[in-house]
Amino acid sequence: MRVIKNLLLILLALLVAYAVIMTVAELPPYGQPDNPVHNQVAKRYIDEALEETGALNMVTSIVLDYRAYDTMFETIVLFTATLAVVITLKTGKGEGRRK
Amino acid sequence: MRDFILKRAASLILPFIFVYGIYVILHGAVSPGGSFAGGIIVGLSFIAFSTIYGIEEGQAKLPEKVLVWTESYGTLWYGLMGMVGLGRGVPFLANKLAGVDPGTPGTLSSGGLIPLIGLGVGIRVASTFVTLFFTMMEEER
Repeated sequence: MRVIKNLLLILLALLVAYAVIMTVAELPPYGQPDNPVHNQVAKRYIDEALEETGALNMVTSIVLDYRAYDTMFETIVLFTATLAVVITLKTGKGEGRRK
Repeated sequence: MRDFILKRAASLILPFIFVYGIYVILHGAVSPGGSFAGGIIVGLSFIAFSTIYGIEEGQAKLPEKVLVWTESYGTLWYGLMGMVGLGRGVPFLANKLAGVDPGTPGTLSSGGLIPLIGLGVGIRVASTFVTLFFTMMEEER
């Protein structure tokens, strides 16, 4: 019974590996200029970031202007991390903290 | 660590590290760096102070009341800056679309809302790191 289960698991692993390898084989070659990732978004940032935001640092203009929602929730992630640590470590209240 | 040389050297260097962090936060729109990097530098100046002079001295410089305040209102400040867009009838967190003047590129006031938003993010990052450090060091004692 155990041998059959292990054989089935190996078969499943091989199937998944086959699917993953075929997906990787379908990927476009690395660094070619006509790849699908080089679309109009990056060109728009490079050409018009200075004009649209007035910031010389293009990274800042993307992080704090184009992707401002993303950065806002990154700060909420920081808040959640602090909250988790404080809740875990500061048990009890005031001077009656757990020794 | 209660070393005399270490304390004197830190008292010379740490103010400049702190001011440099503020500089990096405020110049996020013009020079390399930004609010995340600057916030970490500001937080690191307090963390270094607390490791050298002792955690009680550090908490006297930056009381828990101040930390709770910055922890709570940093993200709220960010949201308030986003409300500028809503008030003008354009999407949340809009910058030039909301009619804010982008200014001359290269000056400190350039970028419209970007320096103000960056200030909020910097304060959040700094207070997060200092709070994590203080909480863990208190548990260590």
